[in-house]
Amino acid sequence: MAFREYRIGCMMFGLALSTSMFVTIFLPGLDISGMSSTKLALEKQLTYGWESGFNYYDPFLRGKDKPIKVTLTKDPKTGAPMDKTNAYVFPAGTHFPDGLTHDNILGDKVQKASDEIGKIGEANEAQGGVFLVQTTADDTPYIEFATATRGWTTDAVLKAADNKSLAGSGKTLFIREGCWWCHTLLPEETQDWQTFGRPPLVGDFNGESPTTFGSDRKAPDLLHVGSRNSSREWLTMHFFNPRLVQPHSIMPRYDYLWGDKDKSGNPIDLKAWDREFMAYAKGESIYPPEVPIPADDSEARMLIDFVLNLK
Amino acid sequence: MLKYLFAKEEDIPQGSTALFFGVSSICWFIIGTGLGSFNAAKLAFPDWYHGLYALQFGHMRQVHVHAVIFGWIAMAFAASMMYITPALGNTKLWSEKLGIWNCLLYNVGLCFALALLWSGMTSGREYSDHIWPVDLYIAFVMVVPWSLNVWMTVLNRRTQGIYTTNWFFAACMFMTIIVFLVGNLPEFFHLTGLNEAYMTWWFAHNILGLLITPVAAAITYYIVPKITGNPLYSHRVGHLHFWSIVVFYSTPAAHHLMSAPLPEWLKSFASVEGVLILVPAVAYVCNILLTMQGKWSMFVTNIEIKFTITGVLLAIPLNMQGGFQQTRAINWYIHGTGWIVAHAHLALLGFSTFAEAAAVYYGLQVLLRRKLYSASLANFHFWMVLIGFSLYWVSMTIAGLIQGAAKIYEVPYVDVVIAEHPYMIVRWLGGTMVFFGNCIWLYNMVMTARAGSIVPVGRQPAEVAYTR
Repeated sequence: MAFREYRIGCMMFGLALSTSMFVTIFLPGLDISGMSSTKLALEKQLTYGWESGFNYYDPFLRGKDKPIKVTLTKDPKTGAPMDKTNAYVFPAGTHFPDGLTHDNILGDKVQKASDEIGKIGEANEAQGGVFLVQTTADDTPYIEFATATRGWTTDAVLKAADNKSLAGSGKTLFIREGCWWCHTLLPEETQDWQTFGRPPLVGDFNGESPTTFGSDRKAPDLLHVGSRNSSREWLTMHFFNPRLVQPHSIMPRYDYLWGDKDKSGNPIDLKAWDREFMAYAKGESIYPPEVPIPADDSEARMLIDFVLNLK
Repeated sequence: MLKYLFAKEEDIPQGSTALFFGVSSICWFIIGTGLGSFNAAKLAFPDWYHGLYALQFGHMRQVHVHAVIFGWIAMAFAASMMYITPALGNTKLWSEKLGIWNCLLYNVGLCFALALLWSGMTSGREYSDHIWPVDLYIAFVMVVPWSLNVWMTVLNRRTQGIYTTNWFFAACMFMTIIVFLVGNLPEFFHLTGLNEAYMTWWFAHNILGLLITPVAAAITYYIVPKITGNPLYSHRVGHLHFWSIVVFYSTPAAHHLMSAPLPEWLKSFASVEGVLILVPAVAYVCNILLTMQGKWSMFVTNIEIKFTITGVLLAIPLNMQGGFQQTRAINWYIHGTGWIVAHAHLALLGFSTFAEAAAVYYGLQVLLRRKLYSASLANFHFWMVLIGFSLYWVSMTIAGLIQGAAKIYEVPYVDVVIAEHPYMIVRWLGGTMVFFGNCIWLYNMVMTARAGSIVPVGRQPAEVAYTR
């Protein structure tokens, strides 16, 4: 039987589909890849590390393989007082974000400044190191590899640090626990300025993965939440049981992120806590039970650090 | 099923693959809607249970989405393709054995993939949440063998031309594989930043636009002429539908990110292409509704036509919303609100589910050569799904409009949560009705297989549906 072979149809189909992909993937990819990093993009890369979703180095999304963000008020090498500075400590073996390992992520000017002034070419993952985000005189942000330029070792910086933030591990938990199903990280360009702050710029995302904008907002946008509410106590109560601080909240409880022991090593009994809370909710007692302070290595602490870091 | 895994090709009864895919799809539909109903309950009453941390909303939300998309919708598509493609090519399925293995590995893989997702192992990218090893499994073990069966059946056809339905089946399977592999490039090659964000939505848009919508439409192109006995109203309008899907539906991906900092030219381009989606939509709906000429009584009397035409009618608001809600003029108001959730359910639970349910109802009766066990239960199922869906759609649309108003008037967010509470309860009730209706459906189909009366050779199940 004489079959119709649909030759012209198949060719037109291939042409249509490849043109469509050329216009919707290749051209935008070219355009987006040409965007230069903002200072925020550099800070985010150094805070969140290589990858916050599933990856080979942290397959169960426990917040491993992440840098530590620290605040310094004295020079870790000399001990001399200095202006408050954020430094990003990558312990030996921690994987670097793409901006440090690929030349085409940061944008030409930023890359040049980071190479020439910041000496990032001398950093390697096996030895780790300390990074800073700086700005040149003509306002170009760049990454400085402080271990090379200032001789700051990871140990010295961690020792001299006033405050250690595990925001990088926290972002992994933000993804694992599905926070982004309800909280967007994207104030909209049209109407969100007053309530949720400045929408992000095109260069704010270079090197970040995943970007977790979120799409379905069932709760407030969190991109600048750390600027609106910087109370660790409030957040601790809110994560443990949101109804403690906001009776109408529909957010799930995240008390299981506390783990077995609180900061001072006392065991946490969630069932007993819940009994006391229900008594409070029914009006049988005047005060709700105390919320345990999360241990330094608990997942709750990581997540709270991440949220507080969203300035 | 298991006994056919190592049987010779000629010993496997024709239609086995479609049958197994069909039954699996109904089971997954129950699981998927059950998960959805459970999640919805948590949005209405966050503390109604606690202590079972495995049942956290953040871990289960995406399991619901992927159970219905990969379990129900995709497997119902597979079931339909496995019996419609050979029927339209006047031939038999290329390989029943491949099909049976495909069905088994599909079910096993999906269970595994959902378990990983449930445990929190995710790529953190909406709609492509699966981790990349699972993506590869889905592409090469679940989708490629399925496509191979469809393509080879089309190539081995014993008809001269190819009917509209089979163009869509063959082309959509090809596009799905391309979209799946290209859309997951950010995970395979660790692409970052806005490229990752954009590719996430390029994937999400195209998997809907190039698989779910056109295949559901293709199914109705078969079911309506087959059951009413009317020829398709216009083959040419079918051409218009097919080609405008390929051109206009594959291009507007960026309209999902209208309020994100993407290049402005990309957003404008996507928005214009998004309105042009109305071209295939209008062509399709007109074509099917005009095919019904003179047979509109079957919309009332025949369960498959009732499901199909309801789906086609739901495609009208779906495409009107879809075409215009992504323009800048409207998107700023409803972006990120419950309106979008309602729209997504209109596409998947409205249009495409109704079309597929008809194909599965019809397919199982044809393959089993048995009359439906109970037309009343089927009608009950229809009304449960339709009323449940409508409650869901209307309540979430209203909730979305409240959210939109609160967004522009800068109302404190907790007041939005309080205002949405009644609609969250209605949403939960609607979803639960769909779940309950599906349980009845499974019972009806199991009883059809066991106790349905035999359809005489040479007759259609639809012809004898109401004879005793």
